[in-house]
Parts: sequence; C-alpha cells; structure tokens
Amino acid sequence: MTRQSRVGLCAVGLAGLAALLAWGIAGLEPFGHYPGPYGTILNAVEPQERHAANVVAAVVFDYRGVDTLGEELILFCAVMGLAFLLRENREENTRSVRDRASSDAVRAVGIVAVPVVVLLALDLIAHGYITPGGGFQGGVAASAGLLLVYLAGDWRAMRRAGPLRLVDVAEAGGAAGFVVVGFATLIAGGAFLENLLPLGTFGKLTSGGTIPVANWCVGLEVSAAFVLIFLEFLEEIMAERARDR
Amino acid sequence: MIGVQIAALALVAAFGLAVVLVQDLVRVAMLYGIYGLTLVVLLVVFQAPDVALSELVVSMVAFPVIVVTALATIRRRERRGQ
Repeated sequence: MTRQSRVGLCAVGLAGLAALLAWGIAGLEPFGHYPGPYGTILNAVEPQERHAANVVAAVVFDYRGVDTLGEELILFCAVMGLAFLLRENREENTRSVRDRASSDAVRAVGIVAVPVVVLLALDLIAHGYITPGGGFQGGVAASAGLLLVYLAGDWRAMRRAGPLRLVDVAEAGGAAGFVVVGFATLIAGGAFLENLLPLGTFGKLTSGGTIPVANWCVGLEVSAAFVLIFLEFLEEIMAERARDR
Repeated sequence: MIGVQIAALALVAAFGLAVVLVQDLVRVAMLYGIYGLTLVVLLVVFQAPDVALSELVVSMVAFPVIVVTALATIRRRERRGQ
C-alpha cells in the first residue's frame, strides 16, 4: 500500500468518524442537563432504603454489588496471574539486597508521610459510605503507605512490613469475604448480596447494613492486591541487583 | 459551562496532549501522574469526588510505580545483555 492511498483511506475513516461524532453530539442533552432517571430516583430513595450518606457507595456495594464483585475478582485474577508469572521465573534470592534511600531529606519526609498516608487510607475506607471514598480508593492509598516504607527506608524494611505470605492471605481473604457476604444473604433467605443487616442511623459508621462489610472486604482485597503488585515488580528489580553482584 | 469547568477541561486537554507528545517513557510516567491530577481537578469541578479519588490513587500511585519499576527491570536486563 502506498503512502498516498493510506492517507486517503485514513481521511475517509476520519471523515466518517467526524460525521458520526457530530451527529451524536448534536443529539445530546444541553450541557449540564442529566436526562437519566436512575440518579434522581436513587438520590431520592437511597437515604430511606439503605441509610448510607454516600449514595455512590450504596450503588457500588449494594444496588450494583454484583458488578463490584466481578470487578474485584478481575483485579484478584489479574494480580494472581502476575504473581504466578513472575514468581515462576525468579531464581535469585533478594534477601541480601538492602537498597537504602540515600537522601536524609527523603528519609525524614518519608518517615513522617508513612503514618499520615496509612491513616488517610484507613479514613477513606472507614468513611467510604458516608463521605466520598471507599474500599478501592482507600485500599490503593494504603498500598502507597507501604510503598513509602521502601522509598523512605529500604527494600528490607518494606519486605518486613508487608510479608508476602500475609499479603497473599489478605488478598484472598478480602476477595472471598465479599463472596461470603453474598452467600450468607442467600443462606439467610434473601437474594444474593441482598442487604439484610440492620440499616442503622443515617450518617453514622454503623449505617448501611452490609455496605460497610463489603466495603472493608474490598478495602482489604485492593490494598493487598496493590501491595502484591508493588512487591512483585520491586522484587524483579532487586533480583536483577542480586544478579549484578 | 462556567469558567472553572472550561479551565479544567483545557488543562486536561493540554496535559493529555503532552503525554502523547513526550517520547521518553520515564517522563511519560511522571507526566501521566500530572495529567491524572488535572483529571482529578476536572472530576472535582464536575462534582464527582468518588471518581476523583479513584483517579487520584490510580494515576498518582499505581500507574507510575508499575511503569517505572517495569522500565527499571527492562533497562537493567538490556544493560546486562549487551
């Protein structure tokens, strides 16, 4: 195919795309106008039905709980696949590698930042169904707290703070916990992931029924999953270092 | 549309373009973090704080770390292979 015919073909495709886009945009609601009924309905009925102040969390962990369960299992499978692949081919022992942060300033700031980030993460998870936040956001933030242990301290400290076996168990436990919530509601006589627990008072940590349980399960799973990703990727670098010696 | 929304959209467009135009992969990883931050601003401006928090942790923590550590491993291996 010559360059000219390729450009011509691309131009035809782009023109078609532009026409479709223009047609689609012309049919949109005016800017800022929300036409769908579900958001409005949920905003109106959720406080009475679920008592969770953050309607988004109620949608994620309850009304659309099965979707979230699927997403959580996707993350679980992806991280498991990554761990299998990398562990299979790794030969070096990285226990001898230290890789200490050399800058005193980085160490000082990092040591202060670790507890702050971890507390912020726990706060994001704990209040996820009352204010913006939740298990996923808080979980990734918690994994960042552990990553800071490496950035401000050294590789050995991070390995000790997040032992692989414990992280594996935490990841599996978090993923399984959500499934257990679903089956528990089945056994109790409801539908899968139906909210059968007492709903509590609106705006309190005890509100939402099964939402806090699912939220903490996801928080545990996501934080462990991302810690596992960081540990495995860093382990690769450390294995290279061990080999270079 | 109000001014803040236009400014947030323009920021996202500018940094999105920058991410595409920069060639060096380590710089792309760092720039992507900043681009993610502009997306966070956009999502806050459009009143989606839950999504903003997700975007914040993914683009500022997870993505850059994965890219930078993968690049570091690859470069070390390439250096040894030479």
